[in-house]
Amino acid sequence: MSTIHESTHHDEAHHDHGPAKGLSRWLMTTNHKDIGSMYLILSLAMFFIGGTMAMLIRAELFKPGMQLLNPEFFNQMTTMHGLIMVFGAIMPAFVGLANWLIPMMVGAPDMALPRLNNWSFWILVVAFCILASTLFMSESAPNFGWTFYAPLSTKYGPPSTDYFILSVHLMGMSSIMGAINVIATILNMRAPGMSLMKMPMFCWTWLITAFLLIAVMPVLAGTVTMLLTDRHFGTSFFNAAGGGDPVLFQHIFWFFGHPEVYIMILPSFGIISEILPTFTRKPLFGYASMVYATCSIALLSFIVWAHHMFTTGIPLGGQLFFMYATMLIAVPTGVKVFNWAATMFKGSMTFETPMLFSIAFIFLFTMGGFSGLMLSITPADFQYHDTYFVVAHFHYVLVPGALFSIFAAVYYWLPKWTGHMYNETLGKLHFWLSVIAMNLTFFPMHFLGLAGMPRRIPDYSLQFIGFNQIASVGAFIFGLSQLILVYNIIRTARGGKKATPQVWEGAQGLEWTIDSPAPYHTFTTPPKIN
Amino acid sequence: MNAVPPKMQSKKIKKHLWILVSIVFGMFLFCYALVPFYNVLCKASGLNGKVENIAANYEKVAKFKIDKKRTITVELMTSLNEQIPVKFTSETTSMSLHPGQIVKTNYTVKNLTNKPIIVQAIPNVMPGLAAQHFRKLECFCFQKQPLGPLEEKVMPLVYTIDPILPDKFGTVALSYTLFDITES
Repeated sequence: MSTIHESTHHDEAHHDHGPAKGLSRWLMTTNHKDIGSMYLILSLAMFFIGGTMAMLIRAELFKPGMQLLNPEFFNQMTTMHGLIMVFGAIMPAFVGLANWLIPMMVGAPDMALPRLNNWSFWILVVAFCILASTLFMSESAPNFGWTFYAPLSTKYGPPSTDYFILSVHLMGMSSIMGAINVIATILNMRAPGMSLMKMPMFCWTWLITAFLLIAVMPVLAGTVTMLLTDRHFGTSFFNAAGGGDPVLFQHIFWFFGHPEVYIMILPSFGIISEILPTFTRKPLFGYASMVYATCSIALLSFIVWAHHMFTTGIPLGGQLFFMYATMLIAVPTGVKVFNWAATMFKGSMTFETPMLFSIAFIFLFTMGGFSGLMLSITPADFQYHDTYFVVAHFHYVLVPGALFSIFAAVYYWLPKWTGHMYNETLGKLHFWLSVIAMNLTFFPMHFLGLAGMPRRIPDYSLQFIGFNQIASVGAFIFGLSQLILVYNIIRTARGGKKATPQVWEGAQGLEWTIDSPAPYHTFTTPPKIN
Repeated sequence: MNAVPPKMQSKKIKKHLWILVSIVFGMFLFCYALVPFYNVLCKASGLNGKVENIAANYEKVAKFKIDKKRTITVELMTSLNEQIPVKFTSETTSMSLHPGQIVKTNYTVKNLTNKPIIVQAIPNVMPGLAAQHFRKLECFCFQKQPLGPLEEKVMPLVYTIDPILPDKFGTVALSYTLFDITES
């Protein structure tokens, strides 16, 4: 492989060189730590852009009737908020963590394909510039919801839909390249003696996530390509007038979409499985069962997609199949939750910020899982479909699920990255404000949904005022309290109490054997694992 | 200092890279393969009530034994895909027939503008599983229908229902949605 040979020669010439100077360090870097940091910073920026859109949505929904936004702009906000949070905040944050941690956890000097790694990051930046540019176009930005159902995105899609398609193609390519890199690294670059079943759980969950990405991102690419040809090249995949079927779109989209939601949660499972043993000072309970549970969740994710479309008129047999298959996912997920509980049982627990976020994750993600079980019941789903109950459900699995696990990971590994301890008081303040505000925002949405408030509508009837105002106030508190996180990260990066190599008293694993901050190059000679 | 992977390792990485890239391309093609797969599945399960838009074989249909014991109600519905400037109605909204009996009805379409347009009707039969037993001998939906300015057209539909239609279906809904296809 040419990239590897070249870097070999390069290294022989300059021993022990640090990062290059100036802008070119970041543009041309192939260092997994630099790329990991850039991914995390990008995702933080996207989190605030997407969050601003959420604030606008909640401000509009503070009162019934139209206040700040017009309905067209409201649609653009719900669409862009979803797209940016899913593809811009959650997924790049996980890729950033994978870049930083996987080589250090398996004792590798870098990712297996470092140039591909650089490329996958910068393609993502271009993708988001293209997506964000649609907001400044004279006609509407994408306004069909993040699920871009046909014909909303074909016949009725604004001209900016083509920019959206291009940006989804680029994001998909970036994710696929990132996933290939993770698989190649984990399968080939583990330190001698580290068998697959000795790997940290984070590597395991990311390996499975990477396979999911490789399997479904090309399906998303195919979907948007069909959309493009339907829009401009006279095909009729989703056009009933030409013999196509709009429902086909939903099948293909959710064939991608359901594994996609597990792509956004499996790395979280890994993070929690890393953090809990540290702060309970006990090894993870049921390591092997965790691995098998993660594999089964990933496999099941391919056969449940139609539970998103019960109301489209699926034959009874199909409805029953998808209902039972969906409920089956609760079994491996339950295995994981019970294993976490068993890990904490009789542990000598301390409650630093990463641990607090992890415990909140277990508790609140399980609640999101339960509302998912309610939605999986076909006859009940006819009532809940497209209401705020669905919004409450997926925000409970994405905010205290995916997002809290990312917060936990940032607090947990920040001392390793920066060499300084973060401010624990500010961390705890961030935690308590986030967890209270998050429940204030999303818990009332369950009631709104059960009472019949439809999602994605800028106006609502008068009986929904109370809960909507609670949700809006919660959302503003949640949004503002994220500034504490940013302040804490910047403060820690600039200085503070020096962190020891092990950082946390109970921390186990290869990344805790190297200095804090982690040197620019680590494990140039592989460590020996017993 | 960067990675100095041994030769064996870089060879393995290269092998994995090719395997993974071929999975990616395979899944892209799989996405397109889902389209015919979906159509086959729909036909088997009656998922979307699509009817084959070709005329049934008269020889075969003429041999159907009329099942006088059963009467099927066919409900006829018309709709416009968008608010296109056309009036589209059926002669009747409900007909009764015995399975195997060949019946005829008329639909009327009127262009309300003074520009020529081309329309096409797309049929759908519900319940979906009954769709495959719905046999059309002649239908305006088989062709594009060009309409001159303010032109009104009476369009015939001749159909029957295969007597092998399972007993559980007493009512079948036939709907036509009219699409404006002038541009293409």
